[in-house]
Amino acid sequence: MPVIRLLSVRLLRIALVLLCVAGLTFGLMLASPIDPIDAYLGPQIAQAGAEQRALIAERWGFDQPPLLQFGHWLRQLLSGNLGWSHVYNQPVNEVIAQRFQRSLALLGLAWLLSTLLGFGLGLLAGMREPAKPTHSTLDRVISGYAYLTASTPAFWLAMLGLLLFSVTLGWTPVCCAGPSGSLSDEVSLATRLHHLALPVATLTLLSTAPITLHTRARLRSLMHSPVATQAFAQGASRRDVAWRHGARHACLPAITLACASLGELFGGVMLIEQVFAYPGLGRATVEAALRSDIPLLMAIALFTALLVSLGNATADGLYRLIDPRLRAQAP
Amino acid sequence: MLKVEHLSLQLPYYANWWRRCWAEVLRDVSLEIHPGEVHAVVGASGAGKSLLAHALLGLLPAPCRQTGRLHFQGQPLTAARQRQLRGRDLALIPQSLNALDPLVRNQRQVSWAAQRAGHTPASARDTATQALDHYQLNAGAQQAFPHQLSGGMARRVLTAMAHVSRAQLIIADEPSVGLDPQQRDRVLNALAALARGEGKAVLLITHDLRHALPIAQRVTIMRQGRCVETAPAAAFQGEGSGLNTDYAQALWQALPDNQFGNPLTSTDEQAQNVA
Repeated sequence: MPVIRLLSVRLLRIALVLLCVAGLTFGLMLASPIDPIDAYLGPQIAQAGAEQRALIAERWGFDQPPLLQFGHWLRQLLSGNLGWSHVYNQPVNEVIAQRFQRSLALLGLAWLLSTLLGFGLGLLAGMREPAKPTHSTLDRVISGYAYLTASTPAFWLAMLGLLLFSVTLGWTPVCCAGPSGSLSDEVSLATRLHHLALPVATLTLLSTAPITLHTRARLRSLMHSPVATQAFAQGASRRDVAWRHGARHACLPAITLACASLGELFGGVMLIEQVFAYPGLGRATVEAALRSDIPLLMAIALFTALLVSLGNATADGLYRLIDPRLRAQAP
Repeated sequence: MLKVEHLSLQLPYYANWWRRCWAEVLRDVSLEIHPGEVHAVVGASGAGKSLLAHALLGLLPAPCRQTGRLHFQGQPLTAARQRQLRGRDLALIPQSLNALDPLVRNQRQVSWAAQRAGHTPASARDTATQALDHYQLNAGAQQAFPHQLSGGMARRVLTAMAHVSRAQLIIADEPSVGLDPQQRDRVLNALAALARGEGKAVLLITHDLRHALPIAQRVTIMRQGRCVETAPAAAFQGEGSGLNTDYAQALWQALPDNQFGNPLTSTDEQAQNVA
């Protein structure tokens, strides 16, 4: 069965990637100047003697050689246990599950909106007939917007948005995923969306540009190709060519970008969550890194890598679906 | 049906990065095509044949200078009218097989062409299937993608696209290139049938006089963007003494000694000769 072979090859590849990511993260954490025991003790560092520190190190297994520690972690991982997060004082599985739910809303909405918006704007900007000598105003506006947002730092725009919409106008809440002091079960969907609006808008605005620009470039080159000339010779309008031929062809770079940008978007999510104090996976990453919470950080790195790998595998699969010439090739 | 008077065309190029020059690619081209006639335009590569075809359809890239007059069915053929008539009264069989969209099934592409010619989506599908059947493409080939077809089959799909438009003037740009003799004759005969049977005008563009003569009534020889001579196909015989210009005579005399029979029978004859 070619499908089963394809899937197993892909899964094996993803597993190898994950192993490398785990090893690399572990190495980086070992080399980190932040001592996990100091970070754990925090202000109580003065009260802890050398004996207590040795006790903590023994309990956490820091007295063993690094390779043995890694092997131990790997064995636990295979049995489904990701360890204990000392920052949140919870099992890592639970931290990730809770945080990811919130981040998923942010990441998923921003990803979906930016992909659709980017693709649509790219099509609008790129559908210029070769027989028309000048760029349309629409093209100028869209490209200008894309270049501008592509060169805007995420945290800066987030802060500007916060200043304008939350502080000055008071339209959106200043922080968090719900009103402060309320439990997450009590918050209604409308309130959740209200809190999501500004972070999602900021993230969408910023990640639209690459897809727009690539879609536009692909469509413009298609408009000069024999395919478009033939369609124009058949009396097709610009919109007809852009929709029937252009959308199909421009899909390919758009899909690649959309799936590859998952990782980039995740980076953006970290910054945005930091600015909006949104309790998602991004903020957990920053906390875990600053306080040397190795099990949590390893898990998050692994999780992100899995997300990106799955994104790329999906892109490859969709490519085969759209371009029949790729279907005949071996994986 | 179509009358081209003193058509000249200039395209821009950059001599260096600030100075734009204009290259004259067509100069004072005049010709006339009648209904029911196959009119061949013959010339070497770079003579301006394809540009002439694109100029007739209004498909040239933006910065170009065009002078001269075009008339179609007695009325001036302006850019707006070209846009209106493309796909309905004017059809193009393109030179490049890349004109087929690699991501779309053949039958679907042909039905799009029918829709662009004014069919409803439902009738366009039937029309497309009929046209493809007419050009002997079976159901498997109709549902295949362009890269799965041979060159001859792809050519026939392109011909079917022009066929569904019910155009009065069909411009065929090098339809015989890259095909074996039997496939070539099949395509050329299909064009001849369009002119003879349905009273359409066919402008056949080719670089090979041998492909043009069997089906064309009149031949225009082009060279370096100019019309050298327009002569009836009958003038190409013997020593070529019926031809007025040296270039046309030279072109005729340079051909390998060949019999220009009817392509319908030529392959049969060849087969018999082999037997």
